[in-house]
Amino acid sequence: MRLTCPHCGNRGIEEFAYGGDADRRRPDGEPFGQAWMDYVYLRRNPAGAHREWWYHASGCRAWLVVTRDTTTHVVASVQEVAR
Amino acid sequence: MTGRRLATGGTIDRARPIAFHFDGQAYRGFAGDTLASALLGAGVALVGRSFKYHRPRGILSAGPEEPNALVELRDGARREPNTRATTVELHDGLVATSQNRWPSLRHDVMAVNGLLSPIFTAGFYYKTFMWPAAFWEKVYEPLIRRAAGLGRAAAVADPDHYEKATAFCDVLVIGAGPAGLDAALVAARAGDRVILAEQDFVLGGRLLSERGRDPIAELGDLPNLRVMTRTTVTGVYDGGTYAAIERVADHLAIPGQHQPRQRLWRLVARRAVLAAGAIERPLAFGDNDRPGVMLAGAVRTYVNRFGVAPGSRAVVFANNDDGARTVADLHAAGIEVAALVDPRPVPSAATIAAAQAANARLAAGVSIQRARGRLGVRDVELSDGTTIACDLVAMSGGWNPTLHLTSHLGGKPRWDEKIASFVPGGLPPGMTVVGAAAGDFGSGYEIAPLWRVRGTRGKSFVDFQNDVTVDDVALAAREGFRAVEHLKRYTTLGMATDQGKTSNVTGLAIMAELTGRGIPATGTTTFRPPFTPAAIGAFAGHHRGRDFRPTRRTPMHGWAAEQGAVFVETGLWLRAQYFLRPGESDWLTATNREVRAVREAVGLCDVTTLGKIDIQGADAAEFLDRVYVNGWKTLPVGRCRYGLMLREDGFAFDDGTTARLGPEHFLMTTTTANAGTVWRHLEFCRKVLWPDLDVQMTSVTEQWAQVALAGPRAPDVLARLTDVSLPHMGLAETTIMDGIEARLFRLSFSGERAYEIAVPARHGEALVRRLMAEGDAFGITPYGLEAIGLLRLEKGHVVGSELNGQTTAGDLGLARMMSAKKDFIGRVMAGRPALVDPERPVLVGLKPREPGAILAGGAHLLPQGAVATAANDQGYVTSVGYSPQLGSWIALGLLARGRERLGETVRAYDPVRGRDTPVEVVSPVFYDPEGSRLHG
Ligand SMILES: [Zn+2]
Repeated sequence: MRLTCPHCGNRGIEEFAYGGDADRRRPDGEPFGQAWMDYVYLRRNPAGAHREWWYHASGCRAWLVVTRDTTTHVVASVQEVAR
Repeated sequence: MTGRRLATGGTIDRARPIAFHFDGQAYRGFAGDTLASALLGAGVALVGRSFKYHRPRGILSAGPEEPNALVELRDGARREPNTRATTVELHDGLVATSQNRWPSLRHDVMAVNGLLSPIFTAGFYYKTFMWPAAFWEKVYEPLIRRAAGLGRAAAVADPDHYEKATAFCDVLVIGAGPAGLDAALVAARAGDRVILAEQDFVLGGRLLSERGRDPIAELGDLPNLRVMTRTTVTGVYDGGTYAAIERVADHLAIPGQHQPRQRLWRLVARRAVLAAGAIERPLAFGDNDRPGVMLAGAVRTYVNRFGVAPGSRAVVFANNDDGARTVADLHAAGIEVAALVDPRPVPSAATIAAAQAANARLAAGVSIQRARGRLGVRDVELSDGTTIACDLVAMSGGWNPTLHLTSHLGGKPRWDEKIASFVPGGLPPGMTVVGAAAGDFGSGYEIAPLWRVRGTRGKSFVDFQNDVTVDDVALAAREGFRAVEHLKRYTTLGMATDQGKTSNVTGLAIMAELTGRGIPATGTTTFRPPFTPAAIGAFAGHHRGRDFRPTRRTPMHGWAAEQGAVFVETGLWLRAQYFLRPGESDWLTATNREVRAVREAVGLCDVTTLGKIDIQGADAAEFLDRVYVNGWKTLPVGRCRYGLMLREDGFAFDDGTTARLGPEHFLMTTTTANAGTVWRHLEFCRKVLWPDLDVQMTSVTEQWAQVALAGPRAPDVLARLTDVSLPHMGLAETTIMDGIEARLFRLSFSGERAYEIAVPARHGEALVRRLMAEGDAFGITPYGLEAIGLLRLEKGHVVGSELNGQTTAGDLGLARMMSAKKDFIGRVMAGRPALVDPERPVLVGLKPREPGAILAGGAHLLPQGAVATAANDQGYVTSVGYSPQLGSWIALGLLARGRERLGETVRAYDPVRGRDTPVEVVSPVFYDPEGSRLHG
C-alpha cells in the first residue's frame, strides 16, 4: 500500500504508522464512564470506507487523515489534519 | 533416453563452450544454455529423486514451473537448495548436486519408500503418526525429514550481499514473450515510462521455443523503455506496487566485487500488463514420471532454443493441437517420431497431417496407459494393447494461463470451457492481461480435456514434486476432503516449492470428475506471493548483522571509546554501559568505582541521547499542562521541573525534566527509549486534539550534545568553565569555552549536586575533553549506564523497568504530582476503579535480609511461608543493583499494598535462577533520604 503525503509525496506504507479511527472524539470535560471507555478502547471496524489517522513516522512526522476502503485498500484521499 | 546436442539450431553460442560439474562429474554446455538444457545435451536424463517415494526423476519442463529437476546449486557457503535446473543460467564453474538421494542418484536406498507407498498415501501424516504423541518429535518427524527431503541449505552465513531498490513507471510489462514485447513497444512509443521485466536471461519467451518465429523483435533504443532481464515479478501489492527479484549475479560463480547477488525491486506502476504466458499441463497416466517423459512444449524448447534432442525416438501424447506442432518440430530436427497418441477419436486435420508428414503412427482415440523403464523410459503401453519402444514421451494435457499475479489481491480466476482452464477473473487495479496469460492461445487451439487415464497400473502422478497421485486425489474424495482447500491440505497437492504450477488445475479437475460436481463448483485456484521461491536474503537486503538497523552515535562516541567504554544499544543509540580501566575486567568493579567517584568526587556522563523537544508559542504552557500530570504555568523562566506524562488510558508513559527558556519557550526532555513515541504523541495532541492552541515544536535531540556532571566536586569543575551559579532546578543560557553557546541546568537524579551542560552537537567532544581536563584535579571519572541506573536506584528514581506500561502514577508513588486543577491526558482514566484499587502493587525498596545475597530483576514477591503459586503472587522485582555505599544489593519492586508494609519480610522468589531470598520492604529512597547532599 502507498500513501500520498501532502508534504512528502507518494511514499511506501512502511514509512507510516497507523493511528486508527479518525472520527472518534475525545470526550473533553466528561467524567469517567462509557464515553471514555469507548474513546480509549473501542474501534469501529467497518468493511468499506474508513477515515483513519496515519502518522508519517519516517517522513515529515505529521498526522494525516486517510480515507481508505478497508476491503480494497484503495485510498480515496490523504489530508492534513485540519488546523 | 539418450539426449544429445543437435548439429545445428538454437540460440546457444556454440563458439563459447562452458564447463560445469553435476554430481562431481565434469560436463560441457554452451553459452545460452540452462543447466537443464546442458544436462540434456550431455545425455544426462536422471537428475533427481522424488520427495516421498524417491523415484528417479528427469527434467519435465523448461521453465520456472519445474517440479522434478531441483538441484543444490553451488557449494560451501553459497550452496542453494531446491534450485530449478530449468531456470539456472549455465556459467563457467557452475557446480550442481542432485538432492534427496543416498548414496547416489542411480542407487538410492530410500527408494524402498516406493514399496511402502501404502502408508505414504494422502493424509499419511495424520493417520500414521498420530500415536503415541511423544513419538512425533523424537521418532517420526526426524525420520520423515530424513526420508522425505529437499536440498540442504548452507549451514554457514551467506557471504554474498543483497540489496533493495525502488523504481517507478507508467507501465510495467511482466513477461517479454510476443505479447509482452508488443505491449512494451506500444506503450514506450506512446511516450510512457515503461519497465519490461523478464524472468529469463534473454527476451522472447515462447518466440525462442517455437520454430519459424523470429526470436526477438527489435526493441530499438527507446530511452523511456527499461528492460530488466533475469527479473521475476513475484508479487502484487496495494497501490500499484509490485515486488520483483533481479538475479544480478546468479549467473556468475561468485558475484563481482561490490555486486549484489540479487536485488529486490519494489516497482511502482500506474498500470501493469501481465504477459506471463502459459504453463503446460502433464497428462496423468501410469508411471508418467519416468525420466524421458516431458512436457511437449518443453521438448520444443530444448529442440528449437537449445539445439538439444531430448531423445532419439519419441512418442507424442496430446489432447490438443500442440501434439501436431511437437511432431513437426521433432521431425524437422531429425528426431524419429514413433507415434502420435491422441485421445480424441477424431483428431484435427492438422494432427493427421503432422503425423503423416513425420511418418508417425497416428493412434487416435487412444491413450498411453503406462510408461516403462526404471531409470528412463523404455517403452509405452497404449490403451489399444500395443507397446511402442521410445526414449522420449512428449505430453501435453493443454495449457494453463500463467495468471498467478492476477489473484494476489484476491481476484478469483474463472473457468473457461473453451480452453479447459482458468482464465483471469478479478484483476488488481491497473492491471491488464494479454496473450496466453489471458487465455488467448490463438485460433488453432482445440482441446478435448483428459484429466486422467483410467485403468492404468503404476502411479499416475498429478503433483510431481510432492508425489501426489490420482489415487491420492481419489482417496481424499472418498474420505470427504472434497473442497479444493481440503484437497490441498490432505494430499499436499500444490504445496511444494513449485506451488502446484503443473498440478493444481489437474488435481482440481480430477476431484470434480470424481465427485461429479463440475470444476467451477469444486473450486478455483488462487495464488499468493511469491510467484517463484525467493531467497530470504533478498528480503533482508543490507539489513543484516550490524546493519540490521541504523546505529546512532553521540558526538562524544570516539572520546568514550578512548576511555575504555563498553557500549550497549539503547534504542538505536550506542551508549557507554561502563568504562573499563586498565586492570579491570568486569562490569561490577568498573561500575562500583564509577558510582563511588560520583558519591565522593565528581563523575561525568554523556546524556546526549535523551529526547529533546523545543516547544514554543503563546499556549506552550497550556499545552504542557495538558500533556503532563503536573502544572507548568507557574514555572518561572529560568527554572526546570520534573514532569510525568500518562497515556490516555491512565497508565504512566514517560518522564523527564522540562525547562522554561522564556515566557513562551520550553525545552522538554524525554527518556532515550521513548523520544520518538513521545514526539508522535505530542504531535497528535497538538494537531488532532487541540488544533486551536498556539504551539509549535521541533525535535532538537540531535542539535545538542549534553553532558551531566555529578558529585560533590561538580560545582568546582563547572566553576572552571563559567562563573554562572544556578539554584537547584535552575537553568541559564550562556557562553563557555571562548564563545560557545551553552545551556546550563542544575538537575540531579543521583542525589548529588549535579549539572547538565548542553552545547551545539559539533562542540560536544570539545566540551567533554575540556571538562575531563578541568576535572582532573578533582578526580573526575566518566560513568556509564550501569552507574546511572544504580545512582538512580539508590534514590528511588524510576527507570524503564518501572515505566513498563502497566504502572500508574499512584503505583510509582507520584500520585501527588497529579494536579486536580486541570485536565490532562490520562486524568479521567487514571481515576477508574481498577487503577486506584488499594490492592495494586506499588513501588517499594527491597533489601536482602542476609548480607551479600544477590537480587535479580523479575523475581516474584511472595509472603513468607506461602506456596509459590500465582494466587499468592504479590508483585515482582523491577530494578536491582549493587550499592557500594550500602555494601548490599538493593532493588525496587512493585508490591501489593507495599507502602503499608515497610519493615515486613517477603520472599524474592526466582525459580529461573533457582533463588528464594528473604527481603525487607523498605522505602524506595535508600540513600540520603533527607536530600542533604543535594542542597548542601
Ligand atoms: Zn510526510
